[in-house]
Amino acid sequence: MKIEFTLNGEKKHLDVHAATRLLDVLRGHFGLIGVKEGCGEGECGACMVLINGRAMNSCMIPMGNLEGKNVITPEAFCQSERGRIIEDAFMEAGAVQCGFCTPGFIMATASLLNANPDPDEAQIREALSGNLCRCTGYTAIVRAVRIAAGKGAGAC
Amino acid sequence: MKTGISKAVERTDARKKIRGEAEYIADRHFEEQLYAKTIRSSKAKARILEIRLPEMPADYFAVGRNDVPGLNRMRTVVSDHPIFAEEQVEYIGQPLFLLVGPDREKLCDLADMVNIRYEEEAGVFTLEEAEKQDTVFTDYQYRKGDPAAAFRDAAQIIEEEFRTGYQEHAYLEPQGIAAEYRNGILYVYGSMQCPYYVRNALLETMAIPDKQIRIIQTVTGGAFGGKEEFPSLTACQVAVAAKKTEKPVMMIYDRDEDIRCSTKRHPSLIRCRAALDKNNAVTGLEMDVLLNAGAYNGLSPVVLQRALFSATGVYDIPHLRVRGRNYRTNMTPSGAFRGFGAPQSIFAIEMLMLQIAVRLGEDPLEYKMRHALKQGSQTCTGGKVREEVKLPEIVGKIRKMSAYVKKQKNKKPFSGIGASLFLHGCGFTGRGESDIRGKVILSKDKDSVTLRVSSVEMGQGAETVLRKIVAQSLDIPIEKVNYAQVDTGAVPDSGPTVASRTTMIVGGLLQECAKEMKARWRECDRLEIEKVYQHPSWLHWDDSTFQGDAYPVYSWGANIAEVEVDPISYEISVKKIYAVYDVGVPVDLRTLDGQMQGGIAQGIGWATIELMEGEAGRLKQSNLTDYKVPTSMDTPEMEIAYVNNPYPYGPFGAKCAGELPFVGSPPAVAAAVSDALGRKINYIPLTPESLMESDNED
Repeated sequence: MKIEFTLNGEKKHLDVHAATRLLDVLRGHFGLIGVKEGCGEGECGACMVLINGRAMNSCMIPMGNLEGKNVITPEAFCQSERGRIIEDAFMEAGAVQCGFCTPGFIMATASLLNANPDPDEAQIREALSGNLCRCTGYTAIVRAVRIAAGKGAGAC
Repeated sequence: MKTGISKAVERTDARKKIRGEAEYIADRHFEEQLYAKTIRSSKAKARILEIRLPEMPADYFAVGRNDVPGLNRMRTVVSDHPIFAEEQVEYIGQPLFLLVGPDREKLCDLADMVNIRYEEEAGVFTLEEAEKQDTVFTDYQYRKGDPAAAFRDAAQIIEEEFRTGYQEHAYLEPQGIAAEYRNGILYVYGSMQCPYYVRNALLETMAIPDKQIRIIQTVTGGAFGGKEEFPSLTACQVAVAAKKTEKPVMMIYDRDEDIRCSTKRHPSLIRCRAALDKNNAVTGLEMDVLLNAGAYNGLSPVVLQRALFSATGVYDIPHLRVRGRNYRTNMTPSGAFRGFGAPQSIFAIEMLMLQIAVRLGEDPLEYKMRHALKQGSQTCTGGKVREEVKLPEIVGKIRKMSAYVKKQKNKKPFSGIGASLFLHGCGFTGRGESDIRGKVILSKDKDSVTLRVSSVEMGQGAETVLRKIVAQSLDIPIEKVNYAQVDTGAVPDSGPTVASRTTMIVGGLLQECAKEMKARWRECDRLEIEKVYQHPSWLHWDDSTFQGDAYPVYSWGANIAEVEVDPISYEISVKKIYAVYDVGVPVDLRTLDGQMQGGIAQGIGWATIELMEGEAGRLKQSNLTDYKVPTSMDTPEMEIAYVNNPYPYGPFGAKCAGELPFVGSPPAVAAAVSDALGRKINYIPLTPESLMESDNED
């Protein structure tokens, strides 16, 4: 089927099977490798992207659901002002180890701060609970989100 | 510690990872590449009678054991795992052959059409069955002092049995590997810890000289031991496929395949007998460690050795009889996992010491400290503790941080507090380092330098830490120190990235290079310095009797855990972890904190929610929905501190760190649960179901 959607600020027209996973389109068709496949069943969050500002697992989104939607991937998000603040916060907190989960956490952070610019620790932990990290024990990631919020990532 | 080498620098690999620019193996694409799908045994133990393949379309191939040019075995400590199964299969998921072709979906369709006839045989699955049938792979023992006399003269003898379960590494990046031939050279790319292990395996399986093989590590998304020996197997498989098809071959595991078929932490059954004298001191210990090695022995003998040499934990027990056995079962092979056998033993000894203290009505922490090793003490293998043991300082600090005494007194129902003391032997066990003889190269080009090592960055921060050690030793900015791509065609064999050895051993060699380079800095624009590990002459080890210094030095620690147990659902919630470590001198505090926090969390997972069970050879948990690893909601706040204790032979005084936190958190959490419920804990994981069941039995 023919689908029109916005990807990282650009209008895209695609002719794909409605059941094709957004994840495969982003990685295979557009070469957006920041979107990772960690489990393929919506458990790990490594493939998260922002759809209309909310973090979603792209492995669970069929292309048929994407008509008219606005998709932002980690690559493009990190170019934005808010992306740079979150990136610096992750660096400062030491929130990156193996990095495979990291772009997904960036998306979850952006999504949280869109909805709540000043979250407390419990809200942060809940917002990140759809993303798995096996390296950090989450302490540094939670701190990174707090730093980013403190530097106004939710406001810009 | 906020200055000098401990002061954190920005991680050199992190920004690329955040922006999604880092290329993991699945992000690579080779021209005309084919994909590989593994066809696996559906039986736990069987003879293969017939394999019927569907008609293969053009460009599709089956690649199996008849295509292996050299040895059809994966080279490791015990080279017993077939690259592709022969007449017999020994576990569910054992690789039979590959289907290779350009389209992944088509491969799945073809796989569905493969027909295999088996003649099933009775399998062995649990440690109890294995012990009964005596399917032993490895049987080790050692002794210290006069255990017979200690038990004969004992005022009291206490016996306990402990069990620990499987654990899946659950690195976020699944296993992935690719191979291609270019100009007569075999290139293998992939997510791995030990490029030279992969090369050595390929030498035998492909039967080609080392000049024709290059292994290039790609950005590795977590490993924890799961990418230690396993990639040697998959590398051989895709290399055989690339040779047959004359095309690049890529193999990326699904999560499900990864969980079912890659190595796991060894389940253990540990029997302990302690002899107490009339002053209630433990004078003798018998420990019998049984590990479920799965279908092939692989590197299980070395895992068993570390388990045995960690038998007494931080305690000075004069009379010992320690035995350990690896059992063959028809389960997925067990293998390397952070801690490498030590976590099983440390769990047993920590719970045993706790239970003895509780039985005697003594304060557990004080009772344990009365038995603690000191500088000059004999280790369990009759070696010597050479470093100052800073356990008294560690314990003093953690008591204060956690307000331990006050919290013990003001306990609410169903809440508990528990402590663990632990150590970890730094670097390879026994003769390991002297056998490997790690080599590093540091080369200078005008004002910048390049370090060449085979130690990989896999998330732990090796790239940053090694660059930093060189930069600070040379007194130049870290940006002027390049970390060469790990490629066996371009870097020397510094040994594998395992055993918490990278900072201490490889970093130590690099520091020696840098010191020499600094002295000769003005000599010329180009300079290359190579160093090879020399085993210190003061270390003594006899591999035939297991006597002497099993490790050159130890890192130490204490954890205190606070938990709450839901009185209705029995769900455990770990509220807080306090941790104090002696890792010599921290080389980079932020990186080190990351290792500690991650290790603590992984240990909490093993102790509480990470349940993996076998049922007649099949693992019941095969995805991240039913095999649960801790999320941000399951992981507590952590308060971490360090005591400084410079190790004269480590770079800037550093010892080992990566595995230490994993060893410490499980017994602390289990002790806290024991405290909350007022009963003994003799197993992990402490799932709500198991706690409820055993409560009903009481």
